[in-house]
Amino acid sequence: MATIPSVDIVIAAARPRRASALGLFVRKNPLGAAGGLLVAVLLLAALFADVFATHNPVRTSSHVLVAPGADFWLGTDNLGRDLYSRVVHGARISLVVGLISTLLGAVVGGLIGMVSGYVGGTTDLIAQRVMDIMQALPILVLALVLAAALGPSLTNTVIAISVVIAPRAARVVRASVLAIREFVYVESARALGVSHARVAWRHILPNTFGPFIVLVTAQLGGAILAEAALSFLGLGVPEPYPSWGRMLSIAAAEYAQKAPWLVIYPGLAISLAVFGTNLLGDALRDSLDPRLRGS
Amino acid sequence: MRTYIFKRLLIAGVTLLGMSLLLFVLMRLAPGNITDIIFESAGYVDEADRHRLEAELGIDRPLIVQYGRWLGDFVRGELGKSYRYDLPAWQVIKPRLPVTLELAVMAMGFSVLIGVPCGVISAVRRGRPLDYALRVLSLAGLSMPSFWLAMIVILLLVRSMGWIPSMTYVSPFDDLRANLAQFLLPALAVGYRSSALIMRITRSTMLEVLREDYIRTAWAKGQRGTLVVWRHALKNASLPVVTLIGIEFAFLIGGLVVTETVFNLPGVARYLVDAIQFRDYPIVQNLAMLIAVVVVFANLTVDLLYTWLDPRIKYGSA
Repeated sequence: MATIPSVDIVIAAARPRRASALGLFVRKNPLGAAGGLLVAVLLLAALFADVFATHNPVRTSSHVLVAPGADFWLGTDNLGRDLYSRVVHGARISLVVGLISTLLGAVVGGLIGMVSGYVGGTTDLIAQRVMDIMQALPILVLALVLAAALGPSLTNTVIAISVVIAPRAARVVRASVLAIREFVYVESARALGVSHARVAWRHILPNTFGPFIVLVTAQLGGAILAEAALSFLGLGVPEPYPSWGRMLSIAAAEYAQKAPWLVIYPGLAISLAVFGTNLLGDALRDSLDPRLRGS
Repeated sequence: MRTYIFKRLLIAGVTLLGMSLLLFVLMRLAPGNITDIIFESAGYVDEADRHRLEAELGIDRPLIVQYGRWLGDFVRGELGKSYRYDLPAWQVIKPRLPVTLELAVMAMGFSVLIGVPCGVISAVRRGRPLDYALRVLSLAGLSMPSFWLAMIVILLLVRSMGWIPSMTYVSPFDDLRANLAQFLLPALAVGYRSSALIMRITRSTMLEVLREDYIRTAWAKGQRGTLVVWRHALKNASLPVVTLIGIEFAFLIGGLVVTETVFNLPGVARYLVDAIQFRDYPIVQNLAMLIAVVVVFANLTVDLLYTWLDPRIKYGSA
């Protein structure tokens, strides 16, 4: 009986503390909080694009190159499509391509890094050399060549970007596996007769999670930028998907002077989305990776 | 040391060999071979003509022979033929090299001039409003697509000053001022992004160095603040910065791909995009390989410079 009141006290004390934890994060890390807010807006726009959009993003109309106003909040493009609705739907494409390619690249690369770091020896050597090869070209150049070889489509854009991200993920995970492998608890687990697979899965993998999360947020911005650049060059997401990068390439070609909003808003959307993920990524890195704190 | 250099050269060779295989396979994955593309415009295809052309180009041979022949040609500096221009590829690439090089050097110059001082100031003013402002600015640089930044700047200049970017390339030997004016904006647009990276690494290494004992000693001796920061601290913080500059220089070409396209500059990076769009695969393959060679050797040079810049680092035993 005596324990019940003390439980109550703990809960009562925990509640205000949780509320102020968020406040503390905002106060200690205002930039990270701002990034979180931007990412939240991006997520909402992507999830509820149909709710937020005022027009059909792909339907053309006779209202061509209308300036921003009450009917068309951000104006219309050369085919009479509402720019605001296109930008909102573009969030979906950007986020889907960005997230899937980052996760795919990070998981595949992470597994390679995990095996390569844990097994070591020749496996590690070969994996490392393969990663070297993948990193011998600038991100965009490799993505370009991949996209060109595979042909422009949504899936191929995702594949091209994830292939570029994978070696970077492998590096990060391998480095942390190499450190974790030497810890005493890994040694004792082995001494107790735990199998290699189980040690890797249960004792090492969970501990690479921190760097992994940091990596994913850090690469997400890069993936969104890569998609924009590929689509801008006509090698990424094809029509009719409203991709931010693609919107810029059509707008840029002819109508920039007559209709500057066609250039301004899609680019602003890309920049804010990437800015948000970068801010959040930095804040996460600072709080999850104490070695880099303050840098 | 000598074995280290040998080992590194060997690894560089293996990397480039791997890259050549990767590129070769990728270009064979691409839909349609070069004869399809050449005959595409003609509309009518005579199978005998096609076979003759395939034999002439050597693409009827087994893949391994094709690969070996391409590699041999590449090593001898024969970059094949551009189908679009109907010229040897090297003749198309050669006049484009100085354009890309000039742009890369200018961009790198801007990024160092902006990045290093901002990084130092940000580290010294850590946690102050100026630090936050500079960090936000640098992160913004990493977040904006450089091609978009370039478009916005052109738009603003046209609107405010009626300035119209020259759409034809001006050689520095014809008119140096016009040439520099033409390169200024693209170089700034690309340089801004790299400057953000340089600023970040400068800031973090400066923060580390500023905590060290000899800096405290310098302060305690009553030495002037500017001298302590810019002479004593920056000198020791410069190693990672130099590394990054070396690596960035090679990787800059990624940013140039889009910027050269936006500004209509006839550089190598733009040629790569052109070649991809016109499916001039031999050129794509050779240009990408050329870029890989530059990147791998830039990395190698930076690593070797390490020992020279920091005598504490010894590779011989490693």
